[in-house]
Amino acid sequence: MIYSLCFLLILIGLYGVLTRQNIIKIVISLLVIEYGIHLFLVLQGYRTGGTPPIVDSSIDKQLWLQQSVDPLPQALVLTSIVIGLGVLALMVALSMRIHERYGTFDIGKIKKLKG
Amino acid sequence: MVETVIVVLTLLMIIGAIVAIETPNMLYSVISVGAVGFLLAIVFLFLSAPDLAITQIAVEVITLVLLLKATSRSGREPDSMHWITFGKAAALAMVIVLAIFTAGMFAEFPEFGSPVMERFADAPSNTYLRTGLEETGAANIVTAVLLDFRGYDTLGEATVLFCAVIGALTVLRRQAKQQPDDAAQPADTQQEDQR
Amino acid sequence: MSSPQETHGMSMIVKTVCVWVKGFILLYGIHIILYGHLTPGGGFAGGVIAAAAFVLVMLAEGEDAALKTYSRKAASTWDSLGVLLFWLMAVLGVVVAGIYFFNFWTTSESARLTLFSGGIIPLCNVGIGLKVCSSLYLVTFVLTAHRWHLDTEGKDDAP
Repeated sequence: MIYSLCFLLILIGLYGVLTRQNIIKIVISLLVIEYGIHLFLVLQGYRTGGTPPIVDSSIDKQLWLQQSVDPLPQALVLTSIVIGLGVLALMVALSMRIHERYGTFDIGKIKKLKG
Repeated sequence: MVETVIVVLTLLMIIGAIVAIETPNMLYSVISVGAVGFLLAIVFLFLSAPDLAITQIAVEVITLVLLLKATSRSGREPDSMHWITFGKAAALAMVIVLAIFTAGMFAEFPEFGSPVMERFADAPSNTYLRTGLEETGAANIVTAVLLDFRGYDTLGEATVLFCAVIGALTVLRRQAKQQPDDAAQPADTQQEDQR
Repeated sequence: MSSPQETHGMSMIVKTVCVWVKGFILLYGIHIILYGHLTPGGGFAGGVIAAAAFVLVMLAEGEDAALKTYSRKAASTWDSLGVLLFWLMAVLGVVVAGIYFFNFWTTSESARLTLFSGGIIPLCNVGIGLKVCSSLYLVTFVLTAHRWHLDTEGKDDAP
C-alpha cells in the first residue's frame, strides 16, 4: 500500500515533466520525482519497531542488533540529497541563461525562436 | 501505528505535489514544493533516519532560496493554462498505462517493515552493524558506512558536487559590460552567430 | 537595476535578529560536522547548515556584507582545500598500509564514543563539511547576485 503511494508520487512528477510549459515547472517536477525516489529507498530499509543505527553506551548490543534499521539505504540517500541540491543549482543556472537568451521561460515559444 | 502515520503523510505529500504541478501561479508552486520537502523530512524522522531528516530540512531551505530567485523575473509569468490538450491527454494515458503494468510488481514486494537484512543473514548490512564500532571506531553506523566501508562513493559524490557547482558558475559567467574590454565583445558576438 | 533589498539587505528588525542568530547557526553546523561519528549528521548535513548561515548573512544584510564575511576567492579556495584534504586521507591510506582509504589511525578502545575517536573519520568529515559549505554558499551567491539582463539589450551597442 505504501509503496504504491510512493510510486504514485514518482508518477505525478513524471506527468509534470511531460506536460508543463514553464521551465521552472519542469524543474519542480524533477524535484518531486527525486523526493519520491528518496522516500522509496528509505522505505525499503525500515524494520518494524526499528531504532536508528547509532550505537549508544546505554543500550544492549544484542537487542540493538535485532532492532536497528538498515543503514545502507540511508547512507546512499544522504549523498543523493546533497547531489540533488547541486544539480538543482545547475538547472536553475541554465534556466536563467535560457531566459536571458530568449526572453521567456515558455518552452513552446523557445522552440519557435531561431538564434 | 507508524505505517498509518506514514500513509497519511505521504497522502499529504501527494496533494502538495499535485498542487505544485497544476497551479499556474509560480509562487504558489514553489511554496507547495517546499511543503512537500518538509513533509518528507518528517517522514524520514518516523522512519528512524535522523541524519536524513537534518539534511533534508537544510537542503529544502536552500532549494527554496534558489527557486525563488529563478521565479523572480518578469513578474513571475504564469504557466499557460489549457485544460485538456492532446499532449496532456497522451501523457496522462501513458502514465496510467505505466501504472497498470507495474501494479503487479507491488504484489511481489516484501511487506513493509522487513528489510533485506532480516531475510538474508549474509547481507552486508548485518556485517556493518555488527562490526561497525570495533572496526571503524564510529558510533554512527551511517557515517561509518559513508566514510569507511564505502569511502569511494563519497569521493565520487564530492566530485559530482564539484562539477555541478563549476557548471553552474560557468554558465552564468558574463563579460562585464562596464569594463573597457574590447577583446571580449567580438568573441561574445561570434559565439552568438555560430549557435 | 538591482532592487535595494538585494544590495543593502532587509529591514532593521531582520538585520538585528541576523546579527544574533548567524553565529549560532554556524556553530551548530560545525558541531554537527565534528560530532558526525557519534551523533546523527556528518559532513554533508553540517556543511549544508553552515552554508545556510552564510546564505542568511547574504539575504538579510546584503551582498556586500556577505562578500566581506566570506569572499568568493576565499570560498573557492576553501572548497578546493576541502576536497584535497579528503583525497589526502585516502592517499595516506595507501602510503601507510597499501590500501586506498584504509583507516590507518584506529584509536584505542578506551577512547570509544568520545570526540577524538574513529581514526580518520573526523578529518574526512571536516574535509567534506568545508567542501559542501563553500560550494553551496558560492553557487547560491552567484545565482542570487546575478542581475537579469536580456541578451538583446547588449546587441545594440556592439562595436
